[in-house]
Amino acid sequence: MTDTATKPRSVNRSQMKVSDEVAIEITDMNKWFGIFHVLRDINLTVNQGERIVICGPSGSGKSTLIRCINALEEHQQGKIVVDGTELSNDLKNIDKIRSEVGMCFQHFNLFPHLTILENCTLAPIWVRKTPKREAEETAMYFLEKVKIPDQANKYPGQLSGGQQQRVAIARSLCMRPRIMLFDEPTSALDPEMIKEVLDTMIQLAEEGMTMLCVTHEMGFARQVANRVIFMDAGQIIEQNEPEEFFNNPQSDRTKLFLSQILGH
Amino acid sequence: MSDTHSESALHTAYVRKEMLPERDPPTSQKGAVLWMRENLFSSIPNAIMTVVSLYVIYYILAGIGPWMIGGIWDAESLTECRAIRDELYGHGREVACWAVITDRWHQLLFGFYPQDLYWRPILTLALFGVAVAPVLFENAPRPLLIVTAIFPFVAYFLLWGGSVWGPAAVAVGFILAWAILTYTQDILGSLAATLAAIVVPLLYWLYLVGPVAGWLHGLAPIGIEAVGSDEIGGFLLALVIGGTGIILSLPIGILLALGRQSDLFIINKCSVIFIEVIRGVPLIVWLFTASLLLNYFLPPGTNFDLMLRVIIMVTLFASAYIAEVVRGGLAALPRGQYEGADSLGLNYWQSMQLIVLPQALKISIPGIVSTFIGLFKDTTLVVFVGLSDPIGFSNLIRATSEWNGIYWELFIFIGICFWIFCFSMSRYSQWLERKLNTGHR
Repeated sequence: MTDTATKPRSVNRSQMKVSDEVAIEITDMNKWFGIFHVLRDINLTVNQGERIVICGPSGSGKSTLIRCINALEEHQQGKIVVDGTELSNDLKNIDKIRSEVGMCFQHFNLFPHLTILENCTLAPIWVRKTPKREAEETAMYFLEKVKIPDQANKYPGQLSGGQQQRVAIARSLCMRPRIMLFDEPTSALDPEMIKEVLDTMIQLAEEGMTMLCVTHEMGFARQVANRVIFMDAGQIIEQNEPEEFFNNPQSDRTKLFLSQILGH
Repeated sequence: MSDTHSESALHTAYVRKEMLPERDPPTSQKGAVLWMRENLFSSIPNAIMTVVSLYVIYYILAGIGPWMIGGIWDAESLTECRAIRDELYGHGREVACWAVITDRWHQLLFGFYPQDLYWRPILTLALFGVAVAPVLFENAPRPLLIVTAIFPFVAYFLLWGGSVWGPAAVAVGFILAWAILTYTQDILGSLAATLAAIVVPLLYWLYLVGPVAGWLHGLAPIGIEAVGSDEIGGFLLALVIGGTGIILSLPIGILLALGRQSDLFIINKCSVIFIEVIRGVPLIVWLFTASLLLNYFLPPGTNFDLMLRVIIMVTLFASAYIAEVVRGGLAALPRGQYEGADSLGLNYWQSMQLIVLPQALKISIPGIVSTFIGLFKDTTLVVFVGLSDPIGFSNLIRATSEWNGIYWELFIFIGICFWIFCFSMSRYSQWLERKLNTGHR
């Protein structure tokens, strides 16, 4: 969590352009776990090409929010439109959105019984019906991009945490998603490995990917994000450009959080 | 060493200049003597245990060994056996009379199956070996799967004989189901196509198979000598019931386990009730149900073969157990695996087939195999509903005047036959576990 130990490499912002096209639109969204009101009146519009970092104390609903975007969690009220498709109970819509939205998890969730290459080609072959050869070529392209092509025939259990997370990113990219969601991608990693994962994410941002990241890596937020969202108690408390957000937080809750996370 | 030590004691700062190479352990750390010292005589109680165990093993072997090895293999009856024994060893020594096995092995293995037709069950067993090879071993040639697909029908034809058109007409039902599923999906949609693929073949099997097979047989009477179910007995019967039960109970059990995990209320509750009812009642009760009651529930006129009814019951019974074993495997799988599959856009059946089941089944292998072994041995219970499995035949053999009074030799033979199959299953499962171990988590 310290800013300096894992400082990512310098960022080339030339390709990072936010377009006018709306990627995700969330209106008046509410969600309950049983009787517990986890997300309250969430309104959020994300344009194509935006890099958004969502932070907040644990239990604030930030993971739940991005998990609602690809329907891993069901929302009970309000509207979520992803890439022009509204999330509803129609399974066809859900599968379509999931194949357009990539997701990386805290614990990677690679499939341990498949090799790295098979992990990457599985969804293109079965969901997109890509021929096997072509899927493998795509997979190798992205594995090279995350700098682990030589591990393609190993099993996830044989890789380090950082390597596994990079495979997970490559696996999502193989579906050629328009949006990437990151749910605390570096929280389960040793400090040495955080940097390699962040570098991969920066590279992705530089290429213009729309990204929503739940993370505590404030260095990454400062360098890459064009917007930082602070959540607490299931609500969006504050959002701003990173410079303003870190240097001039408005709400007391944000100030307290930032002092705790940056102050040690 | 002492230098560095004293220096480092003086200054707490210490820098290693060269890395130490790896060395062999001292010689006292290897060899047979060491192994014995560590494993057999590591302490006084352990040494006592070793000596006592060795004595017990010796005692048992000394008792059984001569009885088995000195056994008589060539005699017509138990009386003759005893006469030969007294002649060979003098009076008062007990030896085995294996002659009962040499005289009656064919009945223990095949029951009353006609002797000149033994090639049919033997060929069936050989084909079974070919048919399961591609399923059990990944590197067996893939085209063998064709044998796997047609084996059930060929096996039925070989064992029971009769007209070739009966099993062929039944097989057509499966082709019908496959064709409906593949070609009408675009027209009807997947749900309607699936329903049609179940209902149409069922109707076909219920109402058309008989007439179609009869008509075809009238056109071209091809067939082999028919053998009735009552003639199938002994180990052949155990293999047919056990083998069919094992093969069918796995897919049914998996579906039940998935049903029990399902969010769909009706499917969930049906699975739970099925599993709990079937599992909560002893198998022997289900076998009596099969032999006495089942006919009342079926449409009048259908006279199900008793053996078929028993197979259905044994299969359902094993499915309920398999379902619970597989459910354990499903529950052991981290939630992240389901989410990983979901987040990639795989649909329910794809994620089950590609992600969840391969891992859940791998976890469940020991439980599944022990259920299979249990099922296979439980086939001996069919003796109570009047089918002649090996135990049934041992009773029949003992009821004859020649072999009245013989026990151990028959049961040892039956035991060895069962053990060979059960032990192979156990070894296969261990091999499979090792092969599937990709060292995860």
